[in-house]
Amino acid sequence: MSEHVTATYRVNSEGRTIAHPAHHTLLEVLREACGLTGTKHGCELGECGTCTVLIDGEPQLSCLVLAREVEGAAIDTVEGLEGRDLHPLQKTFADLGAAQCGYCTPGILMAAKALIERKPTPTRADVCEALSGNLCRCTGYIKIIEAVEWAAALCRGESGARPADASLYGVCKEKPHG
Amino acid sequence: MKKDKTHKLKLGYKGDVKEVEITLPDDEPRPFDMTSKLDIMGKRHQKVDAVMKVTGRAKYTHDMKPAGMLFGGFVRCPHAKANLQSIDMDKLAKSPGVKAVVDAETLRMPTTIRYAGQPVAALAAESRQALEEAIRNADVSYEVLPHAARVDQATAADAPQVHGNRGNVRAGRDPRQLAEVNAALNSGKLKVAEVVARTQVQTHSCLETHGTAAQWNGEHLTIWTSTQATFGVRGQLARGLGVSESNITVIGEFMGGGFGSKFGAGYWSLAAARLAKKAGAPVKIMLDRREDQTDTGNRPDSIQDMKMGVDGDGKIAAYSVSNTGTPGIGRGASVTNPMIYDIPRDMTASRRGEVATNAGGAQAFRAPGHPQGSFGLETVMDLAAEKAGIDPVEFRLRNDSNFVRQQQYKEGAKKIGWADRKKNGAATGRFRTGYGVAAAKWGGTGGPRAEVLCRITNDGSIEVRNGAQDLGVGTRTLLAVVAGEELGIDPSQIKTAIGNTNDPIGPGSGGSRTAASIAPAARQAAFLVGRELKALVAQHLNCEADDLVTKGGKVSSLTDGKKSMSFKDACRLIRQGDISAVGKRVRNWRDATYMNGVAGAQFAKVTVDCDFGIVKVDKLVALQDCGLVINRLTAEGQVFGGMIQGLSYALFEERHMDRHLGHMINSDLEMYKIAGPADMPEMEVVLYDVANGANNCSVAGIGEPTMIPTAAAIAGAVHNATGVRVTSIPMTPDKVLMALEEGGK
Ligand code: FES
Ligand code: FES
Repeated sequence: MSEHVTATYRVNSEGRTIAHPAHHTLLEVLREACGLTGTKHGCELGECGTCTVLIDGEPQLSCLVLAREVEGAAIDTVEGLEGRDLHPLQKTFADLGAAQCGYCTPGILMAAKALIERKPTPTRADVCEALSGNLCRCTGYIKIIEAVEWAAALCRGESGARPADASLYGVCKEKPHG
Repeated sequence: MKKDKTHKLKLGYKGDVKEVEITLPDDEPRPFDMTSKLDIMGKRHQKVDAVMKVTGRAKYTHDMKPAGMLFGGFVRCPHAKANLQSIDMDKLAKSPGVKAVVDAETLRMPTTIRYAGQPVAALAAESRQALEEAIRNADVSYEVLPHAARVDQATAADAPQVHGNRGNVRAGRDPRQLAEVNAALNSGKLKVAEVVARTQVQTHSCLETHGTAAQWNGEHLTIWTSTQATFGVRGQLARGLGVSESNITVIGEFMGGGFGSKFGAGYWSLAAARLAKKAGAPVKIMLDRREDQTDTGNRPDSIQDMKMGVDGDGKIAAYSVSNTGTPGIGRGASVTNPMIYDIPRDMTASRRGEVATNAGGAQAFRAPGHPQGSFGLETVMDLAAEKAGIDPVEFRLRNDSNFVRQQQYKEGAKKIGWADRKKNGAATGRFRTGYGVAAAKWGGTGGPRAEVLCRITNDGSIEVRNGAQDLGVGTRTLLAVVAGEELGIDPSQIKTAIGNTNDPIGPGSGGSRTAASIAPAARQAAFLVGRELKALVAQHLNCEADDLVTKGGKVSSLTDGKKSMSFKDACRLIRQGDISAVGKRVRNWRDATYMNGVAGAQFAKVTVDCDFGIVKVDKLVALQDCGLVINRLTAEGQVFGGMIQGLSYALFEERHMDRHLGHMINSDLEMYKIAGPADMPEMEVVLYDVANGANNCSVAGIGEPTMIPTAAAIAGAVHNATGVRVTSIPMTPDKVLMALEEGGK
């Protein structure tokens, strides 16, 4: 059958030496060989963004990356996002309900992390552009975008107001019954 | 013997209150109504599984990998119509790495091919590469026949027959009111609008494709599947495999979107189970993106031919509509039109037909029949209003007596800025702004069967369990919120379990029934364990159990402030381990309710680039009745999600079938375009907490109604901006430019 290779990958700052079929994509190596299933498989066609990981800090679609080509590079997946505490992005996504089914969430978190690190004060247009390769069929994006903006504020060390009740886009009014 | 108890309730929505009396067995809690002071229900709660989702720890079917698992898949026919002549199953079985094969007959699949992509054999192999190579090298021969993959082909003279010799077109019957309605429409006394509206085939496009992993343990089958109906899948597999339900466990703890397409077990589940049995190893079949887009269902298209007559008071006096759509090789393309508005029954003539085509079959899709019906109905409504010289909001106020929607029209008009709306077509220049409105109704107030187990243990812990699935809208969290409300405990302190058929039965998630079916059962379960706990506390504190309430983490006397203990301490009074009870969903109470469907309205503001025909939605406002809200955070989330799916339907999505090959051309997520982050408009959600009294929580489901009116509201706004009506969705630039050209604008 197919030729196997043995390669050492740096995933979430941890070295892993893995034997795998030479043709495997990074997505397959992460999910199947490393058991890191947080990175999702949505299309394997480079169309949905659920497989987004960071390679040397840049968001990449892992389904389109041949694993061998990123040997030695720093690969970051959703599993490495949490330090001692949840990452601000994880906190704001959970708090605002930015994950419905949650299938798109890991990829979006990684794309958003790269954005915030590159541009600590992103505009709304920056957020939309950074996430434009990531589809979500459930949420309507609004909570996702607000969560990214809020997390960016938290990463800047600002407290940042929770945007659910009133924000530029999406104003939700509490309406007590009766 | 159960005793009965009579409750006086205030039901309705502010401004329209109905006082009712209802007598219920005393093991039912007093239903929540307008006077209930709720501490927990109706507030915003983070989902109990949110952290699982943001850390990647939530495991979906696609992530399952039982030890020794094989990869399953299908050999599929590339022709849209053919007869399977032969398939070399031996060769397939001997392909390198292949461990099991099953043929079409064993899978109870027809060998007459009626759509491109129909499976003809299933196989399991030790790697995906081995699987794909075996599929590629399969020896299959077909007698290829002419097909009718598109409606125009299926309705042509001498069209190839999709189903035997049944004929492709089912015209539907002429309604008996037709003559009378036509007479009124032709009488010259009414202002008559006439239009043919068209909607497209939409695919569900769930981000997790359909799929199942199957593992046998002796006679017992464990199934992990991406499903909307754990119990439904169990039943279908039991029948399909001839295995008793007690020997099957279906697990679906997390799933990546369904929208109606993941109701059934699907042929892939049956195939995975059979292959796993044959191979003696677990088998997982996940459909790939192309298979998912072509072969897991869709929303049928529609052609709606309508005439609406309006009298001198601006009231709809006569309406005729003839609908047709294609369910592909499936059944059921019906369009819900008429849907709302006070159109006199005896002056409504509606006919429903269907056209069979050689294409993947339709499936339920978020409010089946409704978004297409809404687009048609609201199109003729706006044209009728224009003919009669009445503002569209005013026209709806005159023709819709539903109290809640009346409020929604008025409030929505304020929120969108309707006062700034110019007359249709009055805007000039390249960028023109317009406003539109549309309404919806739904009936999701749930019902049996749903059973929920609630258990409190003497260490103070609480657990709530149900075996149904969570589509991501917060079913798991709902259990904690409702039980928390009943027991006075913060939901984050409550353990929940969901998505496993070993737990008590729950509904399939369709018809917006899940929350409204499960929540009342959860409340009753918590009520029953709370009652037992109160009896223990009453003994301990020397007071009457009826005098005790569970609130704010305490069990306290209503009359004597000194008699109180913490919930935790109260639980210590439980002598042996725990107290548990199963709450059972009873039928909705018919007479004592405030119900006339779940009411909703939406407004849209758009800007049309008249040089390029591009529609940009600036703002959407949704006003949605949802019964009493359980969790405001997830309820709003559902509305946002419904609106963007409606926007996507209005502007982008469409299945394209190739007329020569009969294939779906855009069976992916690049050419089949769904809305992305940059397409998102400003959105506002106003939830209407209507105490409907339909069940003990007054809950109604909102998954579906929120998608119904969006496309129609956007189309109305485009009409207002440009002065011409685009009568077909998606409203792509070519159609917008064509309409402008034809309208001389
Ligand atoms: S799985 Fe990589 S883009 Fe969809
Ligand atoms: S939350 Fe389901 S796809 Fe985004």
